[in-house]
Amino acid sequence: MTAPAPTRGDAPLDFSDYRGVWVYVEHRGGTPAPVSWQLLGVGKQMADEIGAPVSAVVIGSQVRHLADEATAYGADSVYLVDDPVLANYRTQPYAEAVATLIRKYKPEIVLYGSTIHGRDVAGAVATLVKTGLAADATQLSVDPSQGNLLQASRPDFGGKLMSTILCKRHRPQMATCRPGVFPMPDRDPSREGAVIEEPLGLAEDDVPTKVLEFIPETRHVDLSNAEVIVSGGRGLGGPKAFEMLFDLAEAVGGVVGASRAAVMAGWIPYQHQVGQTGQTVRPRVYIACGISGAIQHLVGMQESDIVIAINSDPDAQIFRTADYAIVGDMFKIVPALTARLRRMQADGNGQGEADGLERGSRQRSQSVAKGRPEIAADGSPAEADRG
Amino acid sequence: MHAVVSIKQVPDTAEVRIDPRTNTMIRSGVPSIVNPDDVHAVEEAVRLKERFGGKVTVLTMGPNQATAALREAISYGADQGILCADRGFAGADTLATSYVVWKAMLRITRDEPVDILLCGRQALDGDTGQVPPGVATRLGWPQLTSVLNIEEIDFECREVRVQRLVEGGREIVLSRLPAVITCTRDLNTPRYASFPNMVRAARYQPTVWDKVALDIAEDDPNIGLRGSPTIVSKVWAPPPRQRPDAQRIDGSDPDRAAAELAAVLAALVPDRIAGGQPLAPIAISAGGEEEGPR
Repeated sequence: MTAPAPTRGDAPLDFSDYRGVWVYVEHRGGTPAPVSWQLLGVGKQMADEIGAPVSAVVIGSQVRHLADEATAYGADSVYLVDDPVLANYRTQPYAEAVATLIRKYKPEIVLYGSTIHGRDVAGAVATLVKTGLAADATQLSVDPSQGNLLQASRPDFGGKLMSTILCKRHRPQMATCRPGVFPMPDRDPSREGAVIEEPLGLAEDDVPTKVLEFIPETRHVDLSNAEVIVSGGRGLGGPKAFEMLFDLAEAVGGVVGASRAAVMAGWIPYQHQVGQTGQTVRPRVYIACGISGAIQHLVGMQESDIVIAINSDPDAQIFRTADYAIVGDMFKIVPALTARLRRMQADGNGQGEADGLERGSRQRSQSVAKGRPEIAADGSPAEADRG
Repeated sequence: MHAVVSIKQVPDTAEVRIDPRTNTMIRSGVPSIVNPDDVHAVEEAVRLKERFGGKVTVLTMGPNQATAALREAISYGADQGILCADRGFAGADTLATSYVVWKAMLRITRDEPVDILLCGRQALDGDTGQVPPGVATRLGWPQLTSVLNIEEIDFECREVRVQRLVEGGREIVLSRLPAVITCTRDLNTPRYASFPNMVRAARYQPTVWDKVALDIAEDDPNIGLRGSPTIVSKVWAPPPRQRPDAQRIDGSDPDRAAAELAAVLAALVPDRIAGGQPLAPIAISAGGEEEGPR
């Protein structure tokens, strides 16, 4: 049976050769990006719905351990291309490796993270295998009654609309998907799965680029894994005011985010941007300072467990999404809060260390489930006599 | 040196409003702009021309109105503009768009060699960033996406060294030329149009290439709707997450608001605030007086 060519009109297409859901495992030097496992989770759900296996695609050099990790996170099988030429991510050899696997094993669906890396490789793969690629999906579903049609939905027009992208007449159906949107699946190291190895078939001289150096970000902005984010918007009025957010973030062990307005104004680098054109985040606590709450921003942070909003405008949209709404002058409240937290820390140091981490993770699962119950249920701030 | 810049005219999404009844974009009155990332690509090309001499060609696919985008690029210092316009191109997704841009690149390089193709990193409206990798793959040129800085470029040795944004940091990459580079806003600060260039732009008539000019057959299955594997099937306005049990904290007294917030945070993330111990020594609801922490 040959692969069906795209046809015009409604001629029936035979995709029976194509089977299974694949997830591209993104990594840097063997350290996996969390989005890879998040996509294995949603990929497995879809695979179960269509009665097909979910597989991981691991491309790199000395990355066999990632195949084991992928299996632990739910992959039924792993396609592995392991070659010294693949030591650093480079578009051409990675994309060709993925395209070769796709041509040979014919998956029905292939998912990538919509990271810089994922977008870079997926755009090239889609062109090599001539298929459709939905960008930056935040919702995924599959319809078994329509030939296992992938429905990849994403925010569009600056987050003002959601659209659903379909790829009816080509296989595989591919999508890049937002990090931090799909939950991490459980890791089970006892799971077993097949590893299918393929040769690369490229020599170093075939590759037109060389990675000379990697410079880690010094003021590292890992928004997608942050548990506390202190975010600033147009209301800050300028770059200097961000310093007080950095201070607060430091006091709560958090990371500084920003709205698009603040980034576009040049007050803070793009890496801090939360929202449709920035990153999607789901921290335990999101503190929005001087952010009006445009939909473009909300789509990037509304999955936060708890949102605290400080704004001088009582009608700001952000308050509709907030659990704690503070109408007031953030230029006074934020520094006062930072000072207070620091004093609390100075006083609290040395009290019950290890217990706290456990406690924190327990609280996170509670807060995910119920919203905001733990304040009353556990050490209510209203009970002033604790400690 | 010959740099080509592939640009896109987009609706200014900051101005886009949604009709709440039909969930469609209200297009009337929405200004069209040159995609912001693309302006940085034009600027970078013009800077290369100023350093090395040579020529900057701007390329776009779109309806006749996209001429305005080419004129804007001319006003920033580009030398010539090419509009790929044909009814057959309408409805193109990223794969079909990259096909037409590739065909245009083939035509340009047939007339004179191209050293570098610069594009914006991603478009404001679609946000996919897929067309440049598509064009690079079709051309067989290396692609360097999310470039923060061109550190060194040597058109004699046909090599370029760039700094690009990657997860967790930056990466220095050496590449052969010709290459496709996608530009971030960190790359440069675009200039204002000079007066002579504005005058030139106002009168500028771009070269228009249709299917025939691009050597695309009438029944070529790679263009327009037919050449587009993806379709948009459904559009709706996302309901923002509502949090009905929101709690208001009076912010008129900053110290008191800060005390309440500190207590809230201590309860929410105790492991972050005080080495593992939830500290809540502050009365937040009762009374006017504020207790200091111990």
